[in-house]
Amino acid sequence: MTNHHHFGEYQTENFFDEMLDANGVPRQGAEPLLKCINELPPGELVTRQQSIERALMRMGITFTVYGDEAGTEKIFPFDVIPRIVQAFEWRHIEAGLKQRIEALNRFIDDIYHDQAIVKDGILPRHTLEKAKSFRKQCIGLKPPKGVWCHITGTDLVRHSDGAIYVLEDNLRCPSGVSYVLQNRLVMKRSFPQMFADSNVRPVINYPAQLFKTLSSISPDGNPEPTVVVLTPGIFNSAYYEHSFLAQQMGVELVQGEDLVVENDIVYMLTTDGLEKVDVIYRRIDDDFLDPKHFRKDSMLGVPGLLDAYRQGNVALANAPGTGVADDKVIYAYVPEMIHYYMGEEPVLPNVPTYICERDDDRKYVLEHLDELVVKAANEAGGYGMLIGTQSTLEQRQEFAKRIEDDPRNYIAQPTLALSRVPTNVGDHFEGRHVDLRPYVLYGGDSVWVLPGGLTRVALKKGSLVVNSSQGGGSKDTWVIADQELDATDLKVTL
Amino acid sequence: MLSRVANSIYWMTRYIERAENLARFIDVSSNVILDQPEAAAKQWEPLVRTTSDEKYFREHYGEFTASNVRNFLTFDREYSNSILSSLSQARENARTVREAISSEAWEVLNENYLAVKHAALQGAAAANSDFYTEVKRQSHLFNGVFDSTMSRDKGWYFANIGRFLERADKTSRILDVKYFTLLPSFDDVDTTLDDLLWSAVLRSVSGFEMYRKRYHSLTINRVVEFLVLDTKFPRSIHYCVRTAIGSLNRVGGPEDNIALKQAAAIEAKLCNVTAKEVINGGLHEFIDGIQKELNRLGEAIHETYFARRDELHATPVKLLSATQSQSQSLTN
Repeated sequence: MTNHHHFGEYQTENFFDEMLDANGVPRQGAEPLLKCINELPPGELVTRQQSIERALMRMGITFTVYGDEAGTEKIFPFDVIPRIVQAFEWRHIEAGLKQRIEALNRFIDDIYHDQAIVKDGILPRHTLEKAKSFRKQCIGLKPPKGVWCHITGTDLVRHSDGAIYVLEDNLRCPSGVSYVLQNRLVMKRSFPQMFADSNVRPVINYPAQLFKTLSSISPDGNPEPTVVVLTPGIFNSAYYEHSFLAQQMGVELVQGEDLVVENDIVYMLTTDGLEKVDVIYRRIDDDFLDPKHFRKDSMLGVPGLLDAYRQGNVALANAPGTGVADDKVIYAYVPEMIHYYMGEEPVLPNVPTYICERDDDRKYVLEHLDELVVKAANEAGGYGMLIGTQSTLEQRQEFAKRIEDDPRNYIAQPTLALSRVPTNVGDHFEGRHVDLRPYVLYGGDSVWVLPGGLTRVALKKGSLVVNSSQGGGSKDTWVIADQELDATDLKVTL
Repeated sequence: MLSRVANSIYWMTRYIERAENLARFIDVSSNVILDQPEAAAKQWEPLVRTTSDEKYFREHYGEFTASNVRNFLTFDREYSNSILSSLSQARENARTVREAISSEAWEVLNENYLAVKHAALQGAAAANSDFYTEVKRQSHLFNGVFDSTMSRDKGWYFANIGRFLERADKTSRILDVKYFTLLPSFDDVDTTLDDLLWSAVLRSVSGFEMYRKRYHSLTINRVVEFLVLDTKFPRSIHYCVRTAIGSLNRVGGPEDNIALKQAAAIEAKLCNVTAKEVINGGLHEFIDGIQKELNRLGEAIHETYFARRDELHATPVKLLSATQSQSQSLTN
């Protein structure tokens, strides 16, 4: 390997490399890909990378940059070297995700009804009640088929010990799946020969599965319900994804202003008048969903939507209130939830987490700020975070004060040595840290996990932050098919 | 179809057509000027006059030089009716309805916008004949891709209405301006014209060859008849109005459809007049009347299809797209 032009002096160093083992030998499933890369003439990868970037710009696969000049759009940086996930590993991940979503769903249903987990002393009451995303308005709600979280994106990381850990759950409006599909599309166009021998499992049927999941929660069991995607609008950073999913499912993309509630029934305003809506895949946070019940100043939502939902006249995915499990302190209790509700051992462990409102944990965190990662309970996108190893004394002092002022709002985790994947850096490869966000669809009758997911990569050398808002990019994720077990999967049903 | 989506599709095609026609406008002026260099400055001034934004031009540019006028009409971001602004607004409308149009059509429009945006960085030097030809070509490409990838459902018909109303308006403006700048005196009407200048006008609407097939020699009456009253040439006012009516019929609407009534009134007017009558009664007055009626039709369409949701909303939540039609001046 090491004497070839593309890999040059490539070193895995002390990190877990997803493509090569410590001796530079390709991992199982990665050989055909490496062979193909090595056969490309020098400079070819860079040329194709640039042509992919141009294609993404032309196709308008962009996100809106906040705080920048109005309407500035950028493509999500894309690296052409895919991340490989071997068949046996994917089986493990899939089993873990299915177990986790089941437990989370039972938890959410429990806390909005009996709160047994609180009464039995597993989860402290004040921890629950102080969760910003806990919605009292949702107490007693009965979502169709008892399912709260239909669409989940769970962030996974691999540590240098080789094990996969759950970093966080995203149950509100997880985004990124459109990039998974489009990354695959441009990869297939640009490197068809790479796919030839690799047995990559397809991702193309995500929109069909999503539509199936959404249809299955139609409140009156109508097999052909009117499904819509509800977006905050063109200025939302994930607007591209909203329109992509609506287009791929062949449903209307609506904004709050397009919907009206009359007699607890939701209608959309069409050129022919009012048309009843049955299922809403909402990409608007709870707070903005219904100014009547949540934030009064919301211009994005629909007044009366929650009443229509309560009456069982419309289904919402995900259900309001689901976001409670995104709270990073609640997240720390998921392994206990799996024990409590399912009587099972978690298949995928959490990253070890210190809960700052616990006295012993807080003491430890404050003494070890320089080596821990501190996170606010309800921030996302890499904001409200302290990476101890890269921090200044001033930053640590600031976070120490924040933690002491509001310990409920903070958790801390050890700094993980995230695994790496070779990444195109000009004329050679260097290892860059990655995480993985697989997507899970839960319709009540079945759970479906997209074979793949969004691999986010920290493009800056040595950086551990993979968020797009912090200079991260993405890679195609190749889940390698097990020839026998995944045979049916290779025949995609659209 | 969602009213908001119908509205955006209608404006998307209007803005694309607007950009295309502006490119035609500038190109024909350049052509005419090349054939009579001594009158160059005089030719650029009326072009700015037709925009009704002469004041803005004088404040920002001053002299009616070729490069000033080109910059103003082509690349001025602050000026809402420049080619760049029109394409930018077409693209923003398309972006809000991407799920309702084909990816192929979206990509053509997006690419066209990005190319014009890129050319704008180079300034007036980039605004040459090749550039305007490319803007026109991209617009044709969009229409072709749109026509061959979209189902003939409401979205397509609204796109058609927007496209043909805008085209009718712009053909009338080209004729209006050129008639007065090219025609020396009333006595010349109905005489055989100097081919050079009027053929340039016909070329600007890609109508020269079709005109020749139909009439062979050039006379003012025939040019007016061809561009205003012809029912077969796709850029004549009558053809555009008739096509828009066909699409209006297909989208349906309320029983008392004021948009259809208004459109029918315009068509009746075009059916019941000859080119000779138009010219004798004053071409400019006739065109002015048609333009006003086209504006009224635009308003009627808004009332009939897009504004209904405003009444239905009890709360006065007016978002961006609801105010769009006000900022999209019909009388550029």
